[in-house]
Amino acid sequence: MGKTLLDKVWDAHAVRELASGQTQLFIGLHLIHEVTSPQAFASLREIGAKVRFPERTFATVDHIIPTDSQARPLADSLAEEMLVALERNTGEAGIRLFDPPGGQQGIVHVIGPELGLTQPGMTIACGDSHTSTHGAFGAVAFGIGTSQVRDVLATQCLALARPQVRRVGVNGKLGAGVYAKDVILAIIRRLGVKGGIGYAYEYAGSAIEAMTLEERMTVCNMSIEGGARCGYINPDETTFDYLRGRSFAPEGEAFERACAWWRGMASDADADYADRVELDAAAIAPTVTWGINPGQSVGVDECIPQLEDAPFEDRAGLEEAAKFMGLCPGAPIAGTRIDVAFIGSCTNGRISDLREAARVAKTGRVAPHVRTLVVPGSQEVARQAEAEGLPDVFRAAGFDWREAGCSMCLAMNPDKLAGRELCASSSNRNFKGRQGSPEGRTLLMSPAMVAAAAIRGQVSDVREVL
Amino acid sequence: MASGSVAEPRVRVAGRGCVLRGDDIDTDRIIPARFLRCVTFDGLGEHAFEDDRQQAKGDHPLDDERFDGARVLLVGRNFGCGSSREHAPQALWRRGFEAFVGESFAEIFFGNCVALGLPCVTLSRSVLEEAMDSVELEPGQELVVDLEARTLRYRGGTRPVEIPDGARRQLVEGSWNATAVLLEAGSAIDARARELPYVSGF
Repeated sequence: MGKTLLDKVWDAHAVRELASGQTQLFIGLHLIHEVTSPQAFASLREIGAKVRFPERTFATVDHIIPTDSQARPLADSLAEEMLVALERNTGEAGIRLFDPPGGQQGIVHVIGPELGLTQPGMTIACGDSHTSTHGAFGAVAFGIGTSQVRDVLATQCLALARPQVRRVGVNGKLGAGVYAKDVILAIIRRLGVKGGIGYAYEYAGSAIEAMTLEERMTVCNMSIEGGARCGYINPDETTFDYLRGRSFAPEGEAFERACAWWRGMASDADADYADRVELDAAAIAPTVTWGINPGQSVGVDECIPQLEDAPFEDRAGLEEAAKFMGLCPGAPIAGTRIDVAFIGSCTNGRISDLREAARVAKTGRVAPHVRTLVVPGSQEVARQAEAEGLPDVFRAAGFDWREAGCSMCLAMNPDKLAGRELCASSSNRNFKGRQGSPEGRTLLMSPAMVAAAAIRGQVSDVREVL
Repeated sequence: MASGSVAEPRVRVAGRGCVLRGDDIDTDRIIPARFLRCVTFDGLGEHAFEDDRQQAKGDHPLDDERFDGARVLLVGRNFGCGSSREHAPQALWRRGFEAFVGESFAEIFFGNCVALGLPCVTLSRSVLEEAMDSVELEPGQELVVDLEARTLRYRGGTRPVEIPDGARRQLVEGSWNATAVLLEAGSAIDARARELPYVSGF
């Protein structure tokens, strides 16, 4: 019986088995940001430990950074204090910080891949649940808490139980106007928001293989929304082509040797999986969430589910969601009036996302009652967009083009919903209050669908616009 | 205590309970992101469930004086899903909770709790609802989460609970401070690193 990529990576990084039955796992790449690391550095000082492998940790500032002006000091004194702490902690430890003046700042899950830091066969950890994004390269990547950030800083290791692997096969061809975002929303709708607990998801099948690396990142990014701490895709030529020539990727003959090793880390054809699930790509429609968790979604051509159609034990949750959202069960989701449109985030803030949104933006102007934010995932994405003239396309259509950061995905910076505003968002979470207003409401969808909603002022089927 | 560098065995947690019904309660609700603008975990306890409590206008279990002083929080399914923020268990711990009993827990939240010495144990929905009903009826009763016996004791009886064996051993044996345990590997860490082709530049 063959092995999965997860098993191969796990075995290659196991330092020892612990008395608890967990594995002491070496972490190849550690990414940190300003929100979940300061307490870890403080705790490290308390116990008198040093950063063990400073050259294997990289830092950036993303969550709190304003997207109108990154000028220092930041207007929010708490945000400024966090950035100062990050500068001090990384400086003292000798950790490389990608900050705005350096030109390579951005969302941690956007810059890791674009710099070539993220590579197949690695173990990758970051104090952020969307670390699963890096699994798109065939890495085993997962989010950790601050105590575990301290573990990695002090030892470059984590104590973890090996997850089981569920193979999620998506076969066939996606329709026009259907994107990677719709695929992962459809997967979560099918398997539920807790279906992945204890599992790593291996995404496979012809629809996944046909995806670009950026699309694969969108899929892996939201693994955690399905309960899977880690999701990955086996590395292939698409992966290697993406990595070739990137700053931190190996060069020349080393790159060829790397490809051979990376290829060998992919799951064997006869690998044993704990579970298998299949989805038909052609059956996936542009998908929109209507509720307060990412599993509560429908195709844009469907209606919000009726309570009586749901299993009894789910009804209280559905009722709570419908009440909070102020949406009517049984009504079509299309036509729902929006107040705000947000394009960006580690899910959908990459150049290909902006290109697709810009294609839609060219077809009209933002509806007068809609407020918009288009936030590139990194300074590099912003430069690339500028080179292609995308900011002008967005501005001409009435969209607000901003600077790089996490922005209104979680609203730790000044970009927030107000009151009961309803936001069409290309981000990853529609939790109550997620976008900065306790009563604010979020509908998750692809960037192209967000652009379509912005122009029409209501949830619209992007297939009618393109 | 939980933030200390030396781990104490956590064999059992005894105290009053607090019942927080609902499934898929995410960490954004446990501690909204605006309270993460800080460089320490101090003061998070008072903001636990801030927005839910505001919206409930005093009718929230954390504001229910019958549950004052509770150390065991009873929750539903997939509790703590979403963001990896350790601020969530930190806020609950700083509010007085030392154990969580639920139908299931999100994985990162569970791991963060273990790292703070806080057990999360699970039981079936029907037994959980019995326990919740009992605590709501008699909030003054003592609950005991016993990791050695793997049980929850309450007025209604002693019920078996589940917790993954690795986490249980970490808590019971006092090895839940992973940093100390991982440091013991010493040079074996460097040896493993040297064998990885990407560490040596292929």
